[in-house]
Amino acid sequence: MSTMTIAKAINEGLRATLRNDPKSFLMGEDIGSLGGVYRVTEGLKAEFGAHRVMDTPLAESGIIGTAIGMALRGHRPICEIQFDGFVFPAFNQITTQLAKIHTRSDGQLSAPVVIRIPYGGGIGSIEHHSESPEALFAHTPGLRIITPSNANDAYWMIQQAVECKDPVIFFEPKRRYWLKGEVDTENAPGDPFKAHVVREGTDATLVVYGPLVPVALAAANAAAEDGHSVEVIDLRSISPIDFDALETSVNKTGRLVVAHEAPTFGGIGGEIASRISERCFYSLEAPAIRVGGFHMPYPVARVEEHYLPDIDRMLEALDRAFAY
Amino acid sequence: MKQSRTAEADQLVEFYRRMVLIRKFELSADQMYKRAKVGGYCHLNLGEEASVVGLMDALRPTDYLFTNYRDHGYALMRGMDTGKVMAELFGKSTGVSKGRGGSMHLFDTEKRMLGGYGIVGGQIPPATGAALALTYRGAPGPDAEAVMCQMGDGTTNIGAFHESLNLAAVWSLPIVYVVINNRLGMGTTVEMAAGEPELYKRGASYRIPGVRADGGDVLAVRQAATEALDQARTERRPALLELMSYRLRGHSVVDPARYRSAADVETAQKADPVPALRAQLIADGTLTEKQAAAIETKVDGEVAAAVAFADAGPDPTPDQLFDYAYATPVPNAPTALPGERMVVLP
Ligand SMILES: Cc1ncc(C[n+]2csc(CCOP(=O)(O)OP(=O)(O)O)c2C)c(N)n1
Ligand SMILES: [Mg+2]
Repeated sequence: MSTMTIAKAINEGLRATLRNDPKSFLMGEDIGSLGGVYRVTEGLKAEFGAHRVMDTPLAESGIIGTAIGMALRGHRPICEIQFDGFVFPAFNQITTQLAKIHTRSDGQLSAPVVIRIPYGGGIGSIEHHSESPEALFAHTPGLRIITPSNANDAYWMIQQAVECKDPVIFFEPKRRYWLKGEVDTENAPGDPFKAHVVREGTDATLVVYGPLVPVALAAANAAAEDGHSVEVIDLRSISPIDFDALETSVNKTGRLVVAHEAPTFGGIGGEIASRISERCFYSLEAPAIRVGGFHMPYPVARVEEHYLPDIDRMLEALDRAFAY
Repeated sequence: MKQSRTAEADQLVEFYRRMVLIRKFELSADQMYKRAKVGGYCHLNLGEEASVVGLMDALRPTDYLFTNYRDHGYALMRGMDTGKVMAELFGKSTGVSKGRGGSMHLFDTEKRMLGGYGIVGGQIPPATGAALALTYRGAPGPDAEAVMCQMGDGTTNIGAFHESLNLAAVWSLPIVYVVINNRLGMGTTVEMAAGEPELYKRGASYRIPGVRADGGDVLAVRQAATEALDQARTERRPALLELMSYRLRGHSVVDPARYRSAADVETAQKADPVPALRAQLIADGTLTEKQAAAIETKVDGEVAAAVAFADAGPDPTPDQLFDYAYATPVPNAPTALPGERMVVLP
């Protein structure tokens, strides 16, 4: 056991991967000598050399495209996209090639590329430095999408992403990079595509992932003071979604609130609400309620606190669920 | 003869004033960032002042400008109000876009500043389209309008650059692509990143004439830009202009640039165009020390006033959050924060 920040845990996870899997390598803009904007790859180039930790020119489409080629030939590329909004030059390669090669080749070829993307707001920056584009990728069959919310998951899930034969988008909650937690470097926490119940409760299920997990836990604590027992689920995997875990919880609690930073319109919350209404129709005491970003470009720093789901907005949604 | 020399000297003095304005504005933005008045990411033109001033003097008010996120100096030289630009950096409702765009996205349609762009390469295809639009109205000629599209060296490695240059060539568009070669894209040098590190030669693939000029020499920049723009106006042919310059500081305000060697930093500082022009003007008798200092003091006042204006402005309010997400009314668009909608029990 050791205490690490999420950034350090990913760094250590990458180090373990580079050690254990000689076919693995990192590529990205300024990830080598600079160690990345958030220093997540710090020290790795010095330790493993420029062939395992490649600084690339500014060319996202080229980065992901060449990573696909490497993966087709048996390598395990781990690409860094510097910020959420910078992934779009590569969106073409990700959605039209990466996601489809396995199907298209009738399973002859696979493209186990891992794409690390820091995502989410709360860092005082605008638009493309603060976005949560996970739904855009989730809507593309063939991609797996996971996101850790704590250091232990960060350490393990990045390694599990590299081991996975499918392409994995690994979303890193950038405003939590400095959040510290205990990491058990001996025992992996199991399947990275399964949700975790991070707080048990009986009256409502609050589903979150990535940066909103600490907010949801705080909201659940506040709700407890009002006599409501809220179960908090950390989704961990956005695609596929562990609906079984959600179903079990909602059948117990009868209420569902889903929160994410991404706009609710067309978002992951809508998918969860719809599936759970089908699967838990007779257990539900209230309609599923979503909390999320608004249908607008991510706003500037001065107003972002009004955009980001906070404890109050989660509590308000829970109150609405309890009011039925 | 004497007359024209004086006019030239006056011009250089004015260029010096403009360069000092950019320098002091940027140093002040840096300070304000460190005092948490400016948030997010903030990229400065420090070291590039001669390039910015020369380019913007060559660009006419009727021309159109697109830049990257390192856009403060361009906005000021385009005639945008110093206070309102600073207020935009502060994210205040008194900013040029009421705080909606921030440091990287300065816009002013009246000044034909069609934006700073935070996504690398994001400005290049739209700028090319704006040049295409020019071909739908008016004829080529010395008075025709043109587009200037500024970018950094690292940006010439992204696909959008190559697609756009090709389009401009095949459609014969009145656009000048300007590459500010400050030798670094974040921590990556041009040599590490570019197959053809003499970036002006990259136009050759598209038969676009490329020119390299000393970005630290305001007159050389103006001359090169004027020629390229003239060609765009009269012949409707694109051009690629590479300006050799230096980035004095980190990539953005928060970057300590530890990846730079001491020698590299020293070279950059030696090439600093602002003190160089000052020394030149004093050496050749155009300015006295006192006159130079007077210019600087006056600019100090302008920048201090800009900061005071920005500081005094109100923050945007949450009820303005949804304004302008769409240009037309949209059914079901949020007009209030969800928490304000009360539950109606069935
Ligand atoms: C598509 C995209 N990828 C990455 C970035 C992050 N980024 C911002 S500026 C920059 C370096 C650009 O260098 P250059 O073009 O030389 O311009 P300079 O900053 O030197 O003016 C990078 C990598 C971005 N903004 N957009
Ligand atoms: Mg550069």
